[in-house]
Amino acid sequence: MINIKEYRCDFCTACVTVCPPDCIEVREASIKIDNDTCIDCNLCTYVCPIEVLSPDEE
Amino acid sequence: MKNNYDIVVVGGGPGGSMAALHSAKGGANVCLLEKTRDIGYPVRCGEAMGEWAIKQFFEPKQSWIAADIKRSRIVAPNGIPIDIPFNKEQAYVLNRRVFDYDLSLMASKEGADVFTKCYVKSIDRNDENGYDVHLDYLGEHKSIKTKLIIGADGIESRIGRWAGIKTQINMRDMESCIQYSVGNIEVDSNRIDMYVGDNWAPGGYLWVFPKGDGAANIGLGIGSKYNRKKSAKKYLDEFIENKYPEATIHTTMCGGVPCSKPMAHPICDNVMLVGDAAHFINPITGGGIAAAMKSGMFAGQVGSEAIIANDYSQNFLKKYISLCQKDFTKRHEKIYKVKETITKLTDDEMNQMALKINELPPHKITLGKVFTTAIMKKPSLIIDVMKMFAGF
Ligand SMILES: Cc1cc2nc3c(=O)[nH]c(=O)nc-3n(C[C@H](O)[C@H](O)[C@H](O)COP(=O)(O)OP(=O)(O)OC[C@H]3O[C@@H](n4cnc5c(N)ncnc54)[C@H](O)[C@@H]3O)c2cc1C
Ligand code: SF4
Ligand code: SF4
Repeated sequence: MINIKEYRCDFCTACVTVCPPDCIEVREASIKIDNDTCIDCNLCTYVCPIEVLSPDEE
Repeated sequence: MKNNYDIVVVGGGPGGSMAALHSAKGGANVCLLEKTRDIGYPVRCGEAMGEWAIKQFFEPKQSWIAADIKRSRIVAPNGIPIDIPFNKEQAYVLNRRVFDYDLSLMASKEGADVFTKCYVKSIDRNDENGYDVHLDYLGEHKSIKTKLIIGADGIESRIGRWAGIKTQINMRDMESCIQYSVGNIEVDSNRIDMYVGDNWAPGGYLWVFPKGDGAANIGLGIGSKYNRKKSAKKYLDEFIENKYPEATIHTTMCGGVPCSKPMAHPICDNVMLVGDAAHFINPITGGGIAAAMKSGMFAGQVGSEAIIANDYSQNFLKKYISLCQKDFTKRHEKIYKVKETITKLTDDEMNQMALKINELPPHKITLGKVFTTAIMKKPSLIIDVMKMFAGF
């Protein structure tokens, strides 16, 4: 699971580019991660320039 | 919006608009689909482009240009600046908001249909040797039939993925970027500044690109592996606080730049990828406007020929690859090798370079010289490098 601070997001799609299973969808002003296909690799959290994404520690 | 187009172009950046323009020019029935409400906005770009690069396509309009660039400055990690006047070269900082918008107007003048707020959500092969393109247009679902898709969807490049092309970028080649468009600062409005070194921007560089009248794009790209420890935003905030505490921030923008090798095979049956979607970007400067426009132009030309020939096979479309190769992909591959050398330079090495270069008489400081001093052992590499900074 990845936590998303949606109001901080700029919808730039840098995270989409690196996501191996293609489970992030960024539209004009929305971001969604499909938790069923997410493999918890955390690559998206490394790439985000403005700290929107973080691993859910639970 | 019709139910059927010969060619569907996904993405309304410079790559997409040029693809639509040249598809229409070649006689194809084409539409351009953009997910945001506005072509040209948001601007995810430092907006620098070489004069020669624009002039390959159009005579630049005054409204496209925010600043004329006549010199550049590279600042070493210890703060020593190296000033490099351009000789014959000249560059611009553009107003991409106006520039991108105008490109899409040119495409529509050639006959392309243009739609905004139109998100392409999936594509399916149909049994008529083409694709069904599924989209949300103003919140309503719709499907379009097409023979050929041109994926100009920027870094996310999902069109390619859905068509079976590997477009995901390796973390080591990814740059995490952030930029503020600021006002109220004192800058030379004919000079671009680039800061290199681990303290400013590890694995990338920081730029100050003037936009006239005390305004500038100040941004940076850092290797995404560094972003993990300290975010690009933190690096940029520190810089602004130290160097331009008086700056007011009018735009905050994030982005990613794929500083990888260009994609070797950005096509498959019925699909071509252009611009960032095909990783057509100068891997050192991160400049991609020109390559997006060029590849868009080639894809539009080959695409409209494919429509006339009624052949959308990979075999027919591979002409697109050779056109790109002759024009820029071979060069980008070379630049990628140079990048691998440059990223190994330590801050100390860069500082020493700066000292050496500044010992030269001013008239001898040229773009080439800077990098000959930089990588003494491999002078051949270098000349290209700084030309690139000048030419984007
Ligand atoms: C911070 C930063 C600074 C940069 N600075 C420079 C610079 O100074 N000089 C330079 O030359 N280059 C620069 N670049 C690179 C340059 O911005 C890109 O190379 C260029 O915009 C690529 O053009 P494009 O047409 O391929 O893609 P883009 O301009 O990214 O356009 C892609 C379009 O596709 C749309 N789209 C995506 N998915 C869909 C979908 N599913 N449905 C509908 N629409 C979709 C997007 O909304 C977008 O408008 C910079 C990039 C960044 C991130
Ligand atoms: S990289 Fe960060 S800012 Fe960009 S779309 Fe992803 S979560 Fe949003
Ligand atoms: S954790 Fe990995 S799989 Fe999950 S959304 Fe992020 S990049 Fe994709």
